[in-house]
Amino acid sequence: MFQFIFKKLMLVVPTFIGITLLTFTLIRLIPGDPIEVMAGERGVSPERHAQLRAELGLDQPLLIQYKDYVVNIFHGDLGKSLITKTPVMEEFASLFPATVELATCAALFAVLVGLPAGIIAAVKRGSIFDHSVMTFSLTGYSMPIFWWALLLMLVFSVNLGWTPVSGRLDVTYWIDEVTGFMLIDTLLSGEEGAFASALHHLVLPSIVLGTIPMAVIARMTRSSMLEVLSEDYIRTARSKGMAPLRVIVVHALRNALIPVITVIGLQVGILLSGAILTETIFAWPGIGKWLIESIARRDYPVVQGGIMMVATIIIVVNLIVDILYGVVNPRIRHNK
Amino acid sequence: MALLEVNSLSVEFGDGPNPFRAVDQVSYSVEKGEVVGIVGESGSGKSVSSLSIMGLIEYPGHVKAEGLTFDGQDLLSMPVKKRRALTGADIAMIFQEPMSSLNPCYTVEFQITEALKIHQGGRKKWRRERAIELLEQVGIPDPKSRLKAYPHQLSGGMSQRVMIAMAIACDPKLLIADEPTTALDVTIQAQIVDLLLELQREKNMGLVLITNDLALVAEAADRVIVMYAGQVVETGPAEEIFSTPRHPYTQALLRSLPESSQGKERLEALPGVVPGAFDRPKGCMLAPRCPYASERCQREVPMVSGDSLRQVRCFTPLDLQGKPAA
Repeated sequence: MFQFIFKKLMLVVPTFIGITLLTFTLIRLIPGDPIEVMAGERGVSPERHAQLRAELGLDQPLLIQYKDYVVNIFHGDLGKSLITKTPVMEEFASLFPATVELATCAALFAVLVGLPAGIIAAVKRGSIFDHSVMTFSLTGYSMPIFWWALLLMLVFSVNLGWTPVSGRLDVTYWIDEVTGFMLIDTLLSGEEGAFASALHHLVLPSIVLGTIPMAVIARMTRSSMLEVLSEDYIRTARSKGMAPLRVIVVHALRNALIPVITVIGLQVGILLSGAILTETIFAWPGIGKWLIESIARRDYPVVQGGIMMVATIIIVVNLIVDILYGVVNPRIRHNK
Repeated sequence: MALLEVNSLSVEFGDGPNPFRAVDQVSYSVEKGEVVGIVGESGSGKSVSSLSIMGLIEYPGHVKAEGLTFDGQDLLSMPVKKRRALTGADIAMIFQEPMSSLNPCYTVEFQITEALKIHQGGRKKWRRERAIELLEQVGIPDPKSRLKAYPHQLSGGMSQRVMIAMAIACDPKLLIADEPTTALDVTIQAQIVDLLLELQREKNMGLVLITNDLALVAEAADRVIVMYAGQVVETGPAEEIFSTPRHPYTQALLRSLPESSQGKERLEALPGVVPGAFDRPKGCMLAPRCPYASERCQREVPMVSGDSLRQVRCFTPLDLQGKPAA
């Protein structure tokens, strides 16, 4: 097991090198630099421009800049935002809980809806339920997130007035930040109605962000389940005279989950990248919105550091999934 | 009263006006403690008929019968729950592919004790001890350490022994073995068959042995049922079937054995294959392949004739010399 984790970790090294190279070059390929963006339409004199560039260290050759960046990473330093002058790590840490909260709720929505839908669709294959699940999930998968978000907003927030349009909490509440997770903080504050308000704000963004993962999970579960249900050991299970529900839950689902778990793990990447759009649309103060804004401001260290952190999280989650896979599937556990 | 009475059992697949009849009005019975062999080529409906007795035919399959009684109880009219209580307890089954018939995600202990838990309950410790006892009975060395093994750690023969342990866990009155040795090595085959017969004698179980291995049937079975294209074509005591087959199909099966082709260059074979869903003949199912088929065989479907001991489905059953009756 130890060896297995070590091997996986070694594979991560080239990935990280790739990430630093890509973010470093791509952000610099966008025309304009941070100073021009800050100056805006007023413009800035060439002398002042050069002076500021030197102050920010942008006058150095690219290779030197890259070397400084990588060396700093090894010291655990992701640099400071060019605009706010606060360390990237600090900004990330303060915004990250909001994204985690949203992504977790979206993942819960995706699993809690997608998994049962896929199972029932497989067990009742060919039924109206099966066909509707497949149609909905195909639609959900192919629909652009921003359009789907606007559609839901229009119906549920504007026309029906069931949910708020944006933000994390009604402005009438002021909550001290303890954990950064609004659901927990509102509970801790003891303020009446605050928790309900936080929950209300979460519903639409979670559904929007969770739609694609839900569709993927539902389809994957269905096909995996169908395959398993035709296996010989399912016939053996039925020949023992157990109730159909036990056959499905104990004997089929456990086997069907093996590929589904991998897919759920892969969805974490989609959740974090999807968060960029969803957070922007719902004005959700998380990592996604932060990254988009820093790209617009050419805030090089924030973009580089932020993406590095997001990539780290995705890699860690996938590592956990790999380990989990071994827990569910004895054949893998024993081969290690 | 027989342990299992099958009266005119049919299994059809598909809806619509022309469903495919995989099993066509099959009737037979199994007495307590009797070994009945069911033989026939692939596709002759052997497995499907026994799966229907277990209640394991799923949509789009439909099971029909004039009577299907086990131990005096009508299986088809009883409530589903009561039927499930019998399945796996009083009637048990083992299958052709032992390696894929065990669930890869669970230990041997889990899979053996599961049947006990469902049908007999009891404490966990008792079930565990019973599982060790069962593994010992089926000849698995060091059963205690095998409890925690997963199916992928077992060989084919071991897997089949575990399957047998699972099937006999609740002391069934009837055990259906569907080609239990087909997927195994020849040396292991003999061991598994010996084990099955030993357990059968010990527990005085009824045993239905489905196989296409005629030598196995000759050695093990009291009575033999020969099936072809979903129909029973001949039944009778094992020795009689082998010494004086009365149906041309049985005769052809026996002639295709290597033993009956000694001194010849090629084994004898029956030309053609079992008719499938779309090419079933109008008259006798065997007519297109039968060396003795007359014009009547092409037109009309022969009925089963004979007494309860020896039955044959042919217009011109063979005589003692193996020639068709005039």
